[in-house]
Amino acid sequence: MITKEDVEHIGWLARIEISEQETVEYMEKLNSVLEYFGQLDELETEDVPPTYHVAEVFNVFREDVVEESLPQETVLANTENKQDGAFRSPKIG
Amino acid sequence: MVYENPDGIRIGLEIHVQLNKLKTKMFCGCSSDYHNSAPNTHTCPVCLGLPGALPVLNRKAVEAAIKVGLALEGEIAEETQFHRKNYFYPDLPKGFQVTQYDYPIVSKGKVVIEGEDGEHVVGITRAHMEEDPGKLVHIGSIEKSKGVLIDYNRSGMPLIETVTEPDMRSPKEARRFLDKFRNILEYLDVFDGNLEGAMRVDANVSVYWGTRVEIKNISSHKGVERALLYEIMRQKNVIRRGGKITQETRHFDEGRGVTLSMRTKEEAEDYRYFREPDLMPMRVSDWVPGIRETLPELPDAKRSRFIEQYGITDMHARSLTSKIMLADFYEGVCAKGADPKTAATWTADVFLGELNYRDLAISSYDGETIGFIHAKDPQVENSFKVSDMVELVKLFSEGKVSDRAAVEVIRSILDGTEEKTPLQIIEEKGLFKAEDDLVTKAVSETIAENAAAVQDYLGGAEKSLNFLVGQVMKKTKGTADAKTARELIIKELKG
Amino acid sequence: MAKWMSVAQVKEKIRESSAEEVTASYLEVIEKSKINGYVAVSEKAVEQAREIDAKGHEGPLAGVPIAIKDNISVVGMQNSCGSKILEGYVPPFNAHVIEKLQEAGAVILGKTNMDEFAMGSSTETSYYGPTANPWDLERVPGGSSGGSAAVVAAGEAPFALGSDTGGSVRCPAAFCGVVGLKPTYGAVSRYGVVAYANSLEQVGPLANNVTDIAVLMDVIGGYDRRDSTSIDRKTAYQEALVDDVKGLKIGVPKEFFGEGIHQDVEKAVWDSIHRYEELGASWEEVSMPNIKYALASYYIIAMSEASSNLARFDGTRYGFRDRGENWHSMVSATRAEGFGTEVKRRILLGTYALSAGYHDKYYLKALKVRTLVKQDFDRALSKVDVLMAPTMPNPAFKKGEKIEDPLTLYLSDVNTCPINLAGVPSISVPCGFTDGLPIGLQIMGKPFDEPTVLRTAYTFEQNTDYHTKRPPEVA
Repeated sequence: MITKEDVEHIGWLARIEISEQETVEYMEKLNSVLEYFGQLDELETEDVPPTYHVAEVFNVFREDVVEESLPQETVLANTENKQDGAFRSPKIG
Repeated sequence: MVYENPDGIRIGLEIHVQLNKLKTKMFCGCSSDYHNSAPNTHTCPVCLGLPGALPVLNRKAVEAAIKVGLALEGEIAEETQFHRKNYFYPDLPKGFQVTQYDYPIVSKGKVVIEGEDGEHVVGITRAHMEEDPGKLVHIGSIEKSKGVLIDYNRSGMPLIETVTEPDMRSPKEARRFLDKFRNILEYLDVFDGNLEGAMRVDANVSVYWGTRVEIKNISSHKGVERALLYEIMRQKNVIRRGGKITQETRHFDEGRGVTLSMRTKEEAEDYRYFREPDLMPMRVSDWVPGIRETLPELPDAKRSRFIEQYGITDMHARSLTSKIMLADFYEGVCAKGADPKTAATWTADVFLGELNYRDLAISSYDGETIGFIHAKDPQVENSFKVSDMVELVKLFSEGKVSDRAAVEVIRSILDGTEEKTPLQIIEEKGLFKAEDDLVTKAVSETIAENAAAVQDYLGGAEKSLNFLVGQVMKKTKGTADAKTARELIIKELKG
Repeated sequence: MAKWMSVAQVKEKIRESSAEEVTASYLEVIEKSKINGYVAVSEKAVEQAREIDAKGHEGPLAGVPIAIKDNISVVGMQNSCGSKILEGYVPPFNAHVIEKLQEAGAVILGKTNMDEFAMGSSTETSYYGPTANPWDLERVPGGSSGGSAAVVAAGEAPFALGSDTGGSVRCPAAFCGVVGLKPTYGAVSRYGVVAYANSLEQVGPLANNVTDIAVLMDVIGGYDRRDSTSIDRKTAYQEALVDDVKGLKIGVPKEFFGEGIHQDVEKAVWDSIHRYEELGASWEEVSMPNIKYALASYYIIAMSEASSNLARFDGTRYGFRDRGENWHSMVSATRAEGFGTEVKRRILLGTYALSAGYHDKYYLKALKVRTLVKQDFDRALSKVDVLMAPTMPNPAFKKGEKIEDPLTLYLSDVNTCPINLAGVPSISVPCGFTDGLPIGLQIMGKPFDEPTVLRTAYTFEQNTDYHTKRPPEVA
């Protein structure tokens, strides 16, 4: 079971602001889903390897050949927050 | 002699090196040649992390990582893969960094350095590939920042992060390790250390075998040594006052030469590593034999060969092999018929000293010319020709110029604005070694004109002899050989 | 002009009139739409069609209009993923499938509505409002490619592209009475498709008939060097369209007919299987014991990957940005405001499943269960050629019915998500009706055996008329 503190912690990890009231709502909804996920514990999987990908493919590479980059104007076209060719954001700390 | 490490110092390093000799970034075709470009001009959907863009791994980055692994005498993984390291920061356009986690491409290597007590082995825990984040510029100072400007030109540059065991026992050893490590990477031709931000170091250090403190993101080798010296002193002071060292991350303030505690985050980071689902795993151990064959001669092997082949001292060999381009330059000079021992002295002692004095860093060598850039201002370029060194060494070997004149020639070439050969400089400045009778004449004159100094010398003041030699040199405009002048004065005065 | 046309009929019309006229007629239909299937209609569609007319109709889809799910990047068109956080974001690059479509001469009509970031089975969580099911405007069209399925069903596009992470093409295909294919993992490039769960999803076509699915697959399928998970393998999709299932072995996994299945759905599917028997196929029951764990495994993996994929939406470079006194608080506020509730739930759950102390219990466990589910498919498909089951256990539900309780909504993916864990191809074809609502038959095959899946679906279509039924409300 996850607690209110857990919800606050994962909210912080995921950078999603969560209000006091939302915390309780999330806690309830998330717990009902996690309870359902708990059914996997029934399965003995000690010796089962994980499947990350269905395709057994290895060694996919590209060659070290230069391709055209985007023009600066295009790169910055999706934001108003720019200055001197750079993205501008609020201070970090 | 065994170094006892009285303060129980353990230093480990984590070194981020940009594989900036590759033409393109780690996962996209954007050019890696961005260092003198306007912000956000070397970016594409992949390295900007635009939704839907997908990474494809640069084959050369993997080859370079294997090269590094082999040069560090490490093991190359049978199977290796990438993970996502999840955290939020404005320089990280995807909200995660693609890196390696529990299956690094290289593990268990070592580097032998000149330690406190002779040869000392520093263990390499692992080396792995990852992508570089973008670059942040704070508007105003970090503390009073009004905002940040973000440039993603650097985003996605291929990096190798190397983690050492805490095997270094003094800041000096740490610095020597870094010098050696950088040297090896330059030998491998995967890395140009002169480019801004090409190497960043995190150091961890403990005293009295105690708790480790990490110092983040130091940008120079000198900085690492200084940061460690300060941090060791700080930790010893804390303990002396009865305090305890807490495990923490500190930041090195280059300007003030102190380490400062980074503001503790409100909660511990949790990177939630998991396998990067957009990249397939690699099985590249069969590349190893082929890559091993292409490995160049590494610094230690080259040093031994220089001693044997050219009959030079260990110190000269060490110095000459401390930079691959310098070693190549030296060999170029020898190949053109210069006496190897003389060439070693002039290259390792004089030439290198003059470069250091001028803050010039070797940046290129094309077989004919060795190039430098100013360490503080890469736009300032300079160079020196193999043929000039050959000519100078020959003139000196044949006794046609004095050592002082030869130094003068090197300085003239480095400081001159016009291109001139040593011979031209010698002729223009009248630097040919003076005939013996000219020197004898100057000695006689000097003794006659400086009675007081002569008396002092005869009275036992050795310093006065230097003054007299100086006067002879002045009279001969530096063309006299100082050693000969000295001998002549002694002979004249003491019989 | 007829409202519902196959691609062949559209091409015929283009020959008779022009691409421009055909495109304009679809735009007219869209104009009068009652279903909110499109998030945006292309302003350049007519112009594109005119250009194709001028060039002389080269390419297999010359002048044929198509609708694109709003998570597939098209240069110059907003790619919102149904989310406020991507409001105003216009990609500077085309998805691989869009390049392929444009090479083939297709005209993009517009971007279709979807559950926010493809997280849902009802197309109700879109920032742009819910899409209605053309068969009953009070009901959901399924999701998450609900817009794509609904516009095809309503005759607002001859066919469309969707994406299928856990059923997002097949579910709306079943609910809207159209055909939808989830190709084998790696058969279609994901380049330019906004990721929800990278290791599970594929772009898939939606159409009024199996033939048009094959036509579209021949255009969009194939290797792409920009997608490292793309597989270099050639498949001839249209060549598979043969009306013949003699000797075909069908497996019927009883686990797909579980508790809570609507009895009309069960009956329609069994009727279909018996129809196949009449056409010369044989069937047998197969057991896939781990299927009941597939849903939990699927959701853990999808949410974990999603929690990382969606981290890039931080208001820094594009899309919506909220205020904050520093970068971190700006990001937290932007994400709180920019994402909808269900997306936030999934990000939080995924973050939790990957976090220290829980990674092995949830994420690693789910990957191991994925192995077991895949083994079930391998075993079953080693004995039979295809598997058949209901696509959805129930017909389309009412809007608002399941939106409040996430678990109830998740359970509707019970029959579709196992396929994504195994990476096999699966198609949903119309196979009946209950109270005027369509029912979908799901046909699953071996990896890269789309030809058998398509042949099986095609044969059914040639011998039934469900696919010719049109929703009366929008007629």
